[in-house]
Amino acid sequence: MIVEFIAQCVVSFVATVAFSLLFHAPKNQYVWCGITGMAGWAVYWLLMQVHSPSPVTASFAGAVVLALLTRIFSVARRTPYAVYITAGIFPLVPGAGIYYTVYYFIIAMNQEALAKGIETLKIAVAIALGIVLVLALPAKLFHLFLRGSNIKKGA
Amino acid sequence: MDEVSGGVAEQDAQYSRRVLHFAVLVGETLLYNGGEIFRVQDTMERVAKAFGEKDFHAYVLTNGLFASVEGAACESSTVRAMQPGATHLGRIIAVNALSREIAAGGVDLDEAYRRLEEIRRMPYKRNVWRVIACGIGCGCFSYLFGGSVMDAMAATVAGLCLEPLRIALDRANTGKVVSNLLASVWVALISLLCVLAMRPFGVAMNLDKVIIGGIIPLVPGIALTTGIRDIAGGDYLSGTIRAIDAMLVGGSIALGVGLVLKLSVMMTGVTI
Repeated sequence: MIVEFIAQCVVSFVATVAFSLLFHAPKNQYVWCGITGMAGWAVYWLLMQVHSPSPVTASFAGAVVLALLTRIFSVARRTPYAVYITAGIFPLVPGAGIYYTVYYFIIAMNQEALAKGIETLKIAVAIALGIVLVLALPAKLFHLFLRGSNIKKGA
Repeated sequence: MDEVSGGVAEQDAQYSRRVLHFAVLVGETLLYNGGEIFRVQDTMERVAKAFGEKDFHAYVLTNGLFASVEGAACESSTVRAMQPGATHLGRIIAVNALSREIAAGGVDLDEAYRRLEEIRRMPYKRNVWRVIACGIGCGCFSYLFGGSVMDAMAATVAGLCLEPLRIALDRANTGKVVSNLLASVWVALISLLCVLAMRPFGVAMNLDKVIIGGIIPLVPGIALTTGIRDIAGGDYLSGTIRAIDAMLVGGSIALGVGLVLKLSVMMTGVTI
């Protein structure tokens, strides 16, 4: 389990870094992008190991952690918010959900297709909700904790 | 006397127009390279204020922007219509840093123009690296979504084949729907070929995991996150545009993969 967890972390780190390159992030941001993506996925993966896992809840929790780390890094490193979340979101985006919805639809298992489609939509909404919640936290909070002072300039 | 003050007024007017033009250029750069609406608007206004234009206002949408300035000697406004291009995080970071410096008062207008031009010319990553990164990314995602190591290898191949097509489609400027449709057909075809090619050697692979890994670069992750940010910031219209974008892209990926799956079911007669 622990070995598997470490493998998941490493792979999600590499995956996020690869994607941040696709979005032309500067080299000195790769590691931070990777950490953000890895943290989101690690939370998701851990929550999927519980007794009766729910991908919606796990995605929500993953998105919250992802967005929190993004805000912390963007304040601490004085970069725009978009830098870390852009690549970091990809492990959580329900690509598999889209696939299975289509797959069931094609092989005429309409019931399953509908169920998968609704689940995919739920996951997307859960991710959105998680991010919005963290965005609603006041910027002052992050500035106070990370810079020790209440700097108004920049975000 | 009149001539002199007329000259000063003319200079003031020209300065206001230059500030307006600069702020619009800043906004354009941010918007084109994937900035969020709230940030684009905020940065434009901050930059204009730092250059002394208090009465500067901007309204930004996903695909265009309006800005006006009421200077001491003139009123001027601009409209730009544009389509966002490929996300370039490096440029967004650079514009952000530049606007900070401007706000701190350390950069004059000429210097700012020069630096912004430099930012606008910042190169994209080299194609070789993009192809390699896409391959590695696809492989990793295939593994994360439950694929075996062999599935991940096949997804890497699919990713390596995908990125050149995406670069070509970007150049050809095909619409979003068509290019995502073609790209997902391509990914599904390559994945199918990989799985079929390895079957005689006794290597069983999961086509689903391979394809899922391969289509991840296409899924509208950015449209989703930026759209959420827009809506959270109160820019409902821009957020809705991005949400529709995400749905269209998601739909065209689904359609592309579906076409290939359907075809393979019809040709081979076996469910995959």
